[in-house]
Amino acid sequence: MSTFASSRETTEGTIYSVTGGDWDQVASEIGSAKEERVVVNMGPQHPSTHGVLRLMLELEGETITELRCGIGYLHTGIEKNTEFRTWTQGVTFVTRMDYLSPLFNETAYCLSVEKLLGITNDVPERATVIRVMMMEFNRISSHMVALGTGALELGAITPMFFAFREREKVLDVFEKVSGLRMNMAYVRPGGVAQDLPEGTVSHIRDLVKDLRKNFKDNADLLIGNSIWIKRTKDVGYLDLAGCITLGVTGPVLRSTGMPWDLRKTQPYCGYENYDFDVITADTCDVYGRFLIRMQELEQSLRIIEQCCDKLDALDGAPVMVADKKIAWPAQLALGGDGLGNSLEHIRQIMGTSMEALIHHFKIVTEGFRVPAGQVYSAVESPRGELGAHLVSDGGTRPYRVHFRTPSFSNLQSTSAMCEGSLIADVVAAVASIDPVMGDVDR
Amino acid sequence: MSEQKGMFGASGTGDTSGYGGLVRAANSPTSAQRPYGSYFDDIADELERAFPEFNDAIEKVVVDRGELTLHIKRERLFDVAKTLRDTETLRFEVCLGVAGVHYPEDKSRELHAVYELLSMTHNRRLRLEVSVPDSDPHIPSLVEVWAGTNWHEREAYDMFGIIFDGHPALTRILMPDDWPGHPQRKDYPLGGIPVEYIGATVPAPDNRRSYR
Repeated sequence: MSTFASSRETTEGTIYSVTGGDWDQVASEIGSAKEERVVVNMGPQHPSTHGVLRLMLELEGETITELRCGIGYLHTGIEKNTEFRTWTQGVTFVTRMDYLSPLFNETAYCLSVEKLLGITNDVPERATVIRVMMMEFNRISSHMVALGTGALELGAITPMFFAFREREKVLDVFEKVSGLRMNMAYVRPGGVAQDLPEGTVSHIRDLVKDLRKNFKDNADLLIGNSIWIKRTKDVGYLDLAGCITLGVTGPVLRSTGMPWDLRKTQPYCGYENYDFDVITADTCDVYGRFLIRMQELEQSLRIIEQCCDKLDALDGAPVMVADKKIAWPAQLALGGDGLGNSLEHIRQIMGTSMEALIHHFKIVTEGFRVPAGQVYSAVESPRGELGAHLVSDGGTRPYRVHFRTPSFSNLQSTSAMCEGSLIADVVAAVASIDPVMGDVDR
Repeated sequence: MSEQKGMFGASGTGDTSGYGGLVRAANSPTSAQRPYGSYFDDIADELERAFPEFNDAIEKVVVDRGELTLHIKRERLFDVAKTLRDTETLRFEVCLGVAGVHYPEDKSRELHAVYELLSMTHNRRLRLEVSVPDSDPHIPSLVEVWAGTNWHEREAYDMFGIIFDGHPALTRILMPDDWPGHPQRKDYPLGGIPVEYIGATVPAPDNRRSYR
């Protein structure tokens, strides 16, 4: 390429003059270039990149030749922070990683802590059933965001209204049970923070009927919709070999026809006692992943119904491990000023038993010791295998907490899904992975 | 891991609890003897058959809390990983990730890389652990074996400074490119600012009095 600015030497140095450039020459050189290659930066604040995901695209026309992800914008040091808190306090940190499915983070973490403590089989059954029920509700609320925002990003606005309408009702259940709608730190090592308030099970039974009816609205809008199919069919293709080598799990893996669901293959929390189906598709594309999420909603409802039956049978059973050296000393209760320590408990420790007060103080401030060693336990989150790798040095605080998050691994496949496709399909492909940046960056 | 002294991190006159002289040894799980139980013997047998230098490659086998961990010499890691993936009877086709762990007390084996493997074919799990000295933190990259370890190795490099030789682009992934230090090492402080109340200050989390 020739220079377009003439230069001359002066006492002040070289002076470049850009006036009177030879524009004929410039124009002809552009035309003679072999390829028209443009690098486009997408994000990190692009509304359809799910939070703060940055994509760097190299385009030839509208075709993507290379795609790279830039992540780390939401790194909050959760893993490091947990090393400076007690094992119980760790729950309040990890619940904030994947903020769309907090109960899965909490459960994966608590299963690991319980494995380290060797109390896996001592967790009361009622607590386990509540965990399963809350997780399945959480799967629904998470899939609702995936479906709603996924559709919105492809230009369909109504599905999002329907999806968030249902999600709202699920969050109401979380609020009723735990006091919080998100990041509830409800699952604790040894059980759950508190028992279900009165009337919850019957409320849930009614809700399940409502949800089942209302899910049809979105199904009617999208399944078989010709515009939706044109935007999603054969888009974001990733086959089984690609998924396996990249460590991709969850709906993306199941869209290749592989029925891999940890709830079935390596059951935890008693999932082997529930009757449900693993949903797969064989299209390896965005449409297949969409169908899987749609049908998983119904499977979650089936599990929740079975949980309700079990909860009725277990009415009044404990929800925290019996070992007082591990169990959180207080149960919460709803008072006139909101959710807090139950007055009965306060009366006991402040009024009747000095030893109970000391015990409460010790467990809350010091926590419990966990025997040295390392464990890994995984749960099937809405996005895939969520694993917690915990190392203990025998102290009251974790030595190392590492989360193998599905969003982090799955997001790696963006390049494989998108390179060679059109730029508009990137949005569909990323939406079908359903990454949560809090989960990616931790 | 180090032994722990005292109750609160305070010793001498500052400690009025009487527990200042308490010494607790940290008991890490030790080497396991055959039979390992569960499907672990199968894995060991098959690996021994498929990988003749087994005894040279495996430093230690740990069976703890129903999980199998193979401690592997870094020189042999790549070959063992490839064998684990390609042998039909083993077939660990998924590597779920790499987690770094920093043990400053474990002299000349300070940095550990922990690989979680999954065999979907046989529905089994296995953990590989490689330890390297802080002064020479090189581990062969497994991106060629499992492409999915790419980002995980970058994360372990970013957070612990473990260098994965042969990685296609070993750069920071979560921290900014020009960040000094590796934040999740034990010698890297948590940071944070003291919290001020009227008339009192609570120090940052890593400077608070802590129970051990």
